[in-house]
Amino acid sequence: MNHVSEEQLVLLYYGESAEAGAIDQHLGECEACRTEFRALQLVLNTVDSAPVPDRDADYGQQVWQRIEKRIGHRIGKRKTRLFAQWWIWAPAMSALLVGAFFIGRITHKQATTEVAKNQQIRERILMVAVGDHLERSQMVLAELTNAPDHQGKLDISDERQMASELLDDNRLYRQTARTAGNTAVANVLDDLERVLLEIAHSPTEVSSGQLDDLRQQIESRGLLFKVRVMGTKAREPQSAPAKNNDKKL
Amino acid sequence: MEVEAGSAVERARAGDSDAFRLLVEQHSRSIFRLAFRMTGNEQDAEDVVQETFLRAYKQLDRYEARSSFSTWLFRIASNYSLDLIRMRKRHEEKRERGSRELGSEEERDILQNIAMDTPGPERQAYGSQVRDRVNEALNELSAQERTAFVLRHFEGLSIEEIGASLGTGANATKHSIFRAVQKLRRNLEPLVGQAR
Repeated sequence: MNHVSEEQLVLLYYGESAEAGAIDQHLGECEACRTEFRALQLVLNTVDSAPVPDRDADYGQQVWQRIEKRIGHRIGKRKTRLFAQWWIWAPAMSALLVGAFFIGRITHKQATTEVAKNQQIRERILMVAVGDHLERSQMVLAELTNAPDHQGKLDISDERQMASELLDDNRLYRQTARTAGNTAVANVLDDLERVLLEIAHSPTEVSSGQLDDLRQQIESRGLLFKVRVMGTKAREPQSAPAKNNDKKL
Repeated sequence: MEVEAGSAVERARAGDSDAFRLLVEQHSRSIFRLAFRMTGNEQDAEDVVQETFLRAYKQLDRYEARSSFSTWLFRIASNYSLDLIRMRKRHEEKRERGSRELGSEEERDILQNIAMDTPGPERQAYGSQVRDRVNEALNELSAQERTAFVLRHFEGLSIEEIGASLGTGANATKHSIFRAVQKLRRNLEPLVGQAR
């Protein structure tokens, strides 16, 4: 047998060689090929040694808890039905939360310490609401960014409808954040609004070029990443309101 | 196990949320491992895990029992990981072209959190020299090479299974793995003292 090629050794290493017997025999006789195989094993075993952070035994349950809300309990229902559920409660919820924010502003101005405390509560309420809003927005952006490449037209009617519904909430939160002096949040919501507007005004079916344009807008200012990071931070229960709002997020 | 998974998929399709929860609980850890190896970053891996199950849920009707459910999930996770890697690369390229494009200080703060060029404490905890070098070497692989290699090397899928699940065919998969191994050897052999 001639010397064994690197490809043959790779297949042997992974147990996928159709000629394993002959190669094994050759390795027993050929020092050069044996050395070559040892070098290959060493590198591939080194790759193995890179650790992966461990996860708790109940990690699966933790994941389920994180996604349960987004999935809802109606497995098997159409996506539009799931979205429709959101649209029923999301605007009402956002109006309620923003209302609570403003009521809080009006009714708690007596003592300085109480004002500071209420300020923190109001910020927290706003951030919870914004966090949920950003989570829903992230889904729209991710759907478009990760849509498979296609030849013909791609149906984005769901994303279009979601963007349209999210726009009203977005305006409300942006104005609230601006009023509260939280310019970091307001600026991201400002960027998000422009893109949501674009998606909401897109045709129901888009060509590959039109989809690329949308993607470019999403990616041009790292919007998806900003929304993800800000949304995650906003939902963190342990995050206490910051003294400097602009640095908080 | 796969028979049980198949039954759980059927029940999940029929509207049984407990069945889908079972699938999430059963596969989360393996998806996390795959995602971490693909992205080299814990936060991204967490995102991949969540997104994989959200997508799987939405696409349950498209799952065909020809491949195992775990292979199907691996495929979704791999594709999303690749999207993340590509986005991150594009983002970092833009960042390198100059921070002038970034308007305000708060935006830069956010993006610094995102890009993770500089290892944070969390990364440092796992940041042995070997892991860094392996990650660097993996980063030099093309998306296709990395996917094929991770699925073959770490997840133990056969070349045929990988080719079928990625839709690339066995031959192309085989060559992706060969190229991946060549690049890894070139980058890691100096580390293991076997420079050729």
